Amino acid sequence: MSAPARTPAGAPGSLTGPGSSGGVGTDAARPDGTLKVRGEFAYGSDLWMEDMLWGTTLRSPHPYARIRSIDVGPALAVPGVRAVLTSDDVPGAKVYGLELADQPVLAVDVVRYQGEPVALVAADHPETARLAAARIVVDYEVWEPVTDARTALGHPRWNQVHDGTAQVTELSRESAHLHPEGNLVRHLKVRRGDPAPTADVVVVGEYEVGMQDQAFLGPESGLAVPAEDGGVELYVATQWLHVDQRQICAALGLAPEQVRLTLAGVGGAFGGREDLSMHVHACLLALRTGRPVKMSYNREESFFGHVHRHPATMRYEHGATRDGDLVYVRAAIYFDGGAYASSTPAVVGNGGTMGIGPYVVPNVHVDCFGAYTNNPPCGAMRGFGSVQTAFAYESQMDALAAELGMDPVELRCRNAMEQGSEAITGQVVDSPAPVVELLRRLEAMPLPEPAPDDLRHRPGGVSNTTHGEGVRRGVGYAVAYKNVGFSEGFDDYSTARVRLEVVGGEPTVTVHTAAAEVGQGLVTVEQQIARTELGVDRVVVAPKDTAVGSAGSTSASRQTYVTGGAVKAACEAVRARVLERAAGVTGRPAAQLRLFDGAVVGEGLELPLAEVLGDDAVEETLEWRHRPTEAIDPETGQGFAHVQYAFSAHRAVVDVDTELGLIKVVEMACTQDVGKAINPQAVVGQIQGGTAQGLGLAVMEEILIRDGRVQNPSFTDYLIPTILDMPPMRIEILEYADPHAPYGLRGVGEAPNISSGPAVLAAIRAATGLPLTRVPVRPEHITGV
Amino acid sequence: MRLTCTVNGSAQQVDDVWEGESLLYVLRERMGLPGSKNACEQGECGSCTVYLDGVPVCSCLVAAGQAEGRAIGTVEGMGSEETLHPVQQAFLDAGAVQCGFCTPGLLVATDDLVTRSLAAGAPPADAEIREALAGNLCRCTGYEKILDAVKLAAQRMAAPTTGAPR
Ligand code: FES
Ligand code: FES
Repeated sequence: MSAPARTPAGAPGSLTGPGSSGGVGTDAARPDGTLKVRGEFAYGSDLWMEDMLWGTTLRSPHPYARIRSIDVGPALAVPGVRAVLTSDDVPGAKVYGLELADQPVLAVDVVRYQGEPVALVAADHPETARLAAARIVVDYEVWEPVTDARTALGHPRWNQVHDGTAQVTELSRESAHLHPEGNLVRHLKVRRGDPAPTADVVVVGEYEVGMQDQAFLGPESGLAVPAEDGGVELYVATQWLHVDQRQICAALGLAPEQVRLTLAGVGGAFGGREDLSMHVHACLLALRTGRPVKMSYNREESFFGHVHRHPATMRYEHGATRDGDLVYVRAAIYFDGGAYASSTPAVVGNGGTMGIGPYVVPNVHVDCFGAYTNNPPCGAMRGFGSVQTAFAYESQMDALAAELGMDPVELRCRNAMEQGSEAITGQVVDSPAPVVELLRRLEAMPLPEPAPDDLRHRPGGVSNTTHGEGVRRGVGYAVAYKNVGFSEGFDDYSTARVRLEVVGGEPTVTVHTAAAEVGQGLVTVEQQIARTELGVDRVVVAPKDTAVGSAGSTSASRQTYVTGGAVKAACEAVRARVLERAAGVTGRPAAQLRLFDGAVVGEGLELPLAEVLGDDAVEETLEWRHRPTEAIDPETGQGFAHVQYAFSAHRAVVDVDTELGLIKVVEMACTQDVGKAINPQAVVGQIQGGTAQGLGLAVMEEILIRDGRVQNPSFTDYLIPTILDMPPMRIEILEYADPHAPYGLRGVGEAPNISSGPAVLAAIRAATGLPLTRVPVRPEHITGV
Repeated sequence: MRLTCTVNGSAQQVDDVWEGESLLYVLRERMGLPGSKNACEQGECGSCTVYLDGVPVCSCLVAAGQAEGRAIGTVEGMGSEETLHPVQQAFLDAGAVQCGFCTPGLLVATDDLVTRSLAAGAPPADAEIREALAGNLCRCTGYEKILDAVKLAAQRMAAPTTGAPR
């Protein structure tokens, strides 16, 4: 095996796009589109340098074990191997983490989940590296894993619906601590109104949501290049360059100036790239060998290499009057955080503070727990804590409607939040909350025709499993709300640098931010905002890197809001300076001038920017923050926790083969309030993609874990929706401006991922008459065998 | 081992190929053609789809040696810098590209489908498109705009006179 040789594939460059144009509110073309369809866009896995080595990771086969010893000798003896590293070779902090630093860079004495990184190898050829890693001898003392969140916390397990609400009792005993502080990551309480309310009608339900994977197609990958100053350059597919940089610096014991990150092309993220994967590992190997090191996971390793969506078990009790007014909700929500904290505290925050859905309820008692177990670590995934609870609260609304003999949409509308309502945190909803309109618009949409007599339209499709007998149709509704941006007092800001100059006679804007483009189209949005604010068509998006300040994470549906806000503010600052200059030239007050079509214009005046600017560039860099939120009260969960909410609703129509348990989703309809659609085509794309991921969780997607071990780490066994599984969609977008947000916009990406799955589940229940309290729904849940 | 084949119309020869390497690996790592993607390397996602003697295959499942003496077509061979292939243009116009990792494989699969359908006399129907692309996973788009893109491409390829005058 010799080293691969080929022409280098460069690091990502600036993006301009094919002379596209279009400001805010248009379907402007993506500046990276042409590169992507030509196969020239450099994803992390495409990076290549002369002389580079390939890194690989040895991972623990056990969910819980003590490491007695590691012998790297046999690996070092393999020809072509350049370095083998263990935790002893980590020069700085041995542990890292987004919120709590508790996760080892490489296992230190104990492994707490199957797949935990134990050692690293760099070699000339990836196969050599893999072979060598397999020769490392690790002696494990295997321990019994803790695999259930309630057991980990010593809380009673529920066996049936009428067990009491979970309580921490004197008698219950936590499992042996996986971490020194115990197995509780966070317990969030919401207490509101009467602590012992009673109601005419009560429904109780227990629900379970399986572990979902982000399943982005582009594997975790990047290239680390040692630098002459003793530092390192890292090109990596990630979601938040600066939070990576902070953690990498700590692990390497280097200063921020010495660890420079540039975003490589990202093949989807969905939360799964918020935590570190190969980042520190590649840097360690590069610094040790003095050569560029590339790491790129294969699909199996990817399943072990990033956090997943928290599985949840939930018990809800809803009380209502006979007329259908909600009186109280009690909920106990358990998130299995797996072996390390990742973003579990924030997931618990979202799950708890929005855990009853967009409804107004006077009396609320919520306990939301995040626990450590020996399952794979769980953290961010699109919908972040709200996806799980939505399955429970929307199932409860349907159960309550059935108990009351009411139409489920009617019951929702009767209790829906609106502008001016108080959320369960006591926070007043101070921008439009058109929950009723979202539902009514769905109801008004025509229903699809009965399935044509064509087996491709039946459950089972061309497998030819049914001729239509036993097939029942069902319709279900669900509604979602989700916080946008980081909450609970987090200093949530973004930085933008905007430069206006004349290049080759053409006015040109350069926008530089560190905000990760992961496929959603933020680079397009940045261009659109600059065009609108500066009246200049040609906008260059500089490579995303740490040479400019933090943009915060590409998560929580926040980048268009926060980085969009920063770009807008920086453009405004540039504009003010340019107009000041123009005022000096023309003698007109700046207030009477504006920028339009590459010129300064005013009453009877059109002065090309080239004449105003000459050879000068006007540049402004600034940080922009949304209005502050605050921490919630630890005993009552009350406080101004969230800056904005996103609302969406879905109607699902399904056909179910009740004999075989096969499901065909016939149509998905979605309504969403986006405040202002900055790029309508991209907004629709987010709704369609989010809908697909929610549908996937409802009917097929689950990482199966047995005794802490992943059973299906491949696309053969972990199924995501294909084009055959996705039905046609009807989408209506509402634009009720949020007065607090730039252009009135609302974050878009997550809400549709939250309401789609519960709507599908409701439709399956409607078709089958079965209670169905667990997702994904499997054929045996329907057939009962 | 030495591998000799034609890629996008030009003769290619690479040396020192290890027997275990896939065609995908050789294209990406030895020929400098990383356009074909590697989302699973197990034949499940279609992101590595290339033409092998005119037939779309998952190049991750083809051993490099099997490509000896054969003609390979990849996304890099579609269209040109100045003029995109109609399938490429349709994917952009329909908004079918988000992260784009699925795109190269889908472009090849779509080109094959549309070309075959038009040769048989009609653009592909929705159900045919879904069946033909069922092996190409996309995690970002929910497939609606991919379906739109295929239909748009078929329409444009059926009426090439709407393009540049010939
Ligand atoms: S990489 Fe070949 S099918 Fe997925
Ligand atoms: S666009 Fe991201 S996988 Fe298809």
